[in-house]
Amino acid sequence: MDLDIPRGKITAIMGPSGTGKTTALNLIGGQIYPSAGDVLVDGLSVPRLRRRELFALRKRMGMLFQSGALFSDLNVYDNVAFPLREHTDLPEPMIRDLVLMKLEAVGLRGARELRPNQLSGGMSRRVALARAIALDPMMMMYDEPFTGQDPITVGVLMKLIRQLNDSLGMTSIIVSHDVQEVCAISDYIYLIADGQVMASGTPDELGRDASEWVQQFMQGKPDGPAAFHFPAEDIALDLLGEAR
Amino acid sequence: MMGVFQRLGQWALGMFQRLGRGHLFLLRVLSQVPMAVLDFRLLVQQLYFVGVLSLMIIAVSALAVGMVLGLQGYNTLVDFGAEASLGPMVALSLVRELGPVLTALLVAGRAGSALTAEIGLMRVTEQLPSMEMMAVDPFRRVIAPRFVAGVLSMPLLAAVFSAVGILGGYFVGVGLLGVDTGAFWSQMQAKVGFEEDIINGVVKSIVFGVAVTWIAVFEGYDAAPTTEGVSRATTRTVVHSAFAVLGLDFILTALMFGGN
Repeated sequence: MDLDIPRGKITAIMGPSGTGKTTALNLIGGQIYPSAGDVLVDGLSVPRLRRRELFALRKRMGMLFQSGALFSDLNVYDNVAFPLREHTDLPEPMIRDLVLMKLEAVGLRGARELRPNQLSGGMSRRVALARAIALDPMMMMYDEPFTGQDPITVGVLMKLIRQLNDSLGMTSIIVSHDVQEVCAISDYIYLIADGQVMASGTPDELGRDASEWVQQFMQGKPDGPAAFHFPAEDIALDLLGEAR
Repeated sequence: MMGVFQRLGQWALGMFQRLGRGHLFLLRVLSQVPMAVLDFRLLVQQLYFVGVLSLMIIAVSALAVGMVLGLQGYNTLVDFGAEASLGPMVALSLVRELGPVLTALLVAGRAGSALTAEIGLMRVTEQLPSMEMMAVDPFRRVIAPRFVAGVLSMPLLAAVFSAVGILGGYFVGVGLLGVDTGAFWSQMQAKVGFEEDIINGVVKSIVFGVAVTWIAVFEGYDAAPTTEGVSRATTRTVVHSAFAVLGLDFILTALMFGGN
């Protein structure tokens, strides 16, 4: 599998569940190591980095986890302040200003005193987004940002991802299988399945792709080359198995 | 027959792998201990969680154990006209053995299981991976402060256990059964040695503190990131801690008092 993520753009990695989309993000972030091949980020080979170098690179990366992954023992304000306090020597008044600006960007400045268990799923992700951009990273990775969200929250997240990417000049990678949402905000899309890139292109190009598999995925058709059933022996044989 | 050997081999390999992971884990924790000690605010938080919040169960248990020791000791000693030795009997039982051992078992049940569940749930909810992705080492921020707090709390809690236990023995022996107050305290002062008894008891509780907290934080960190995984890890913490404490107690007792 060969993926090239252009700087300053929103690139989406899409594919059916279980094809390794999140694994791809974990490889880019250096959370797991490839058994073969290489992962280059800003010219650096992630698997070959020492721990200190990897952590230095990660300070320039942000990741939005599927669950938000907010620290349950800290309130919203302290969650967003966490990376600033860990990695900078900024005085507390300046940290406060930065935190409030990040929270304002995701529309949750008024929720700064709330605990993570008082937030809705959508609010949690917005707080996690504010935390992920606290250090103004060069690159953001989004792991299934729209899964399980109501339509309004999905709309808010889409707008935020696009705005943040453009205003901060970031490179964004979205892993998702929400076709409509991803097509609406992505500049480029990779479709992966079975460990290989099945197709790639702009949303418009993929919409016109002649491949039956691509059309089945993009239009969410139940019938097509991608089988609905998990491989199994013939149902008649299976059902009559005990009678035999 | 081959299947039995295969399963036995798999079990043994798995056990040694876990043992290896556990020791590598301990090395990583120890390398972060200086940073954990320097981050005073985090350490105090964990000392409160592991130490202060365990005080109630320690005090109540110690009082009950001390009262039972007073009662049973008196019933045995009075047959020999030696009820005046109740003080040293209660004190030595607590300081040498029951204080460190029961404190370790109680801390494993209350704080150890809670540490495992907390760290395990941080894995389930992706808090530890997200910390790593923010270039913050969870060993420095999460694991080491809890480990240091557990090791520091254990001898202090064991001291509280022994002190409250002695008061329980005093209450029953002197208050209810009529043992002479002067004999109770003076015999205790004469028979309990500082180095031989008190220091050895403290050494035991520090060793138990390392063992129990190591097991608790390792099980949490190594737990499968599922509900069932955390549940199993929590159970393992209590069971393995109990075995470790009882086994280490025998070894330490043999080394400290074996020749006497």
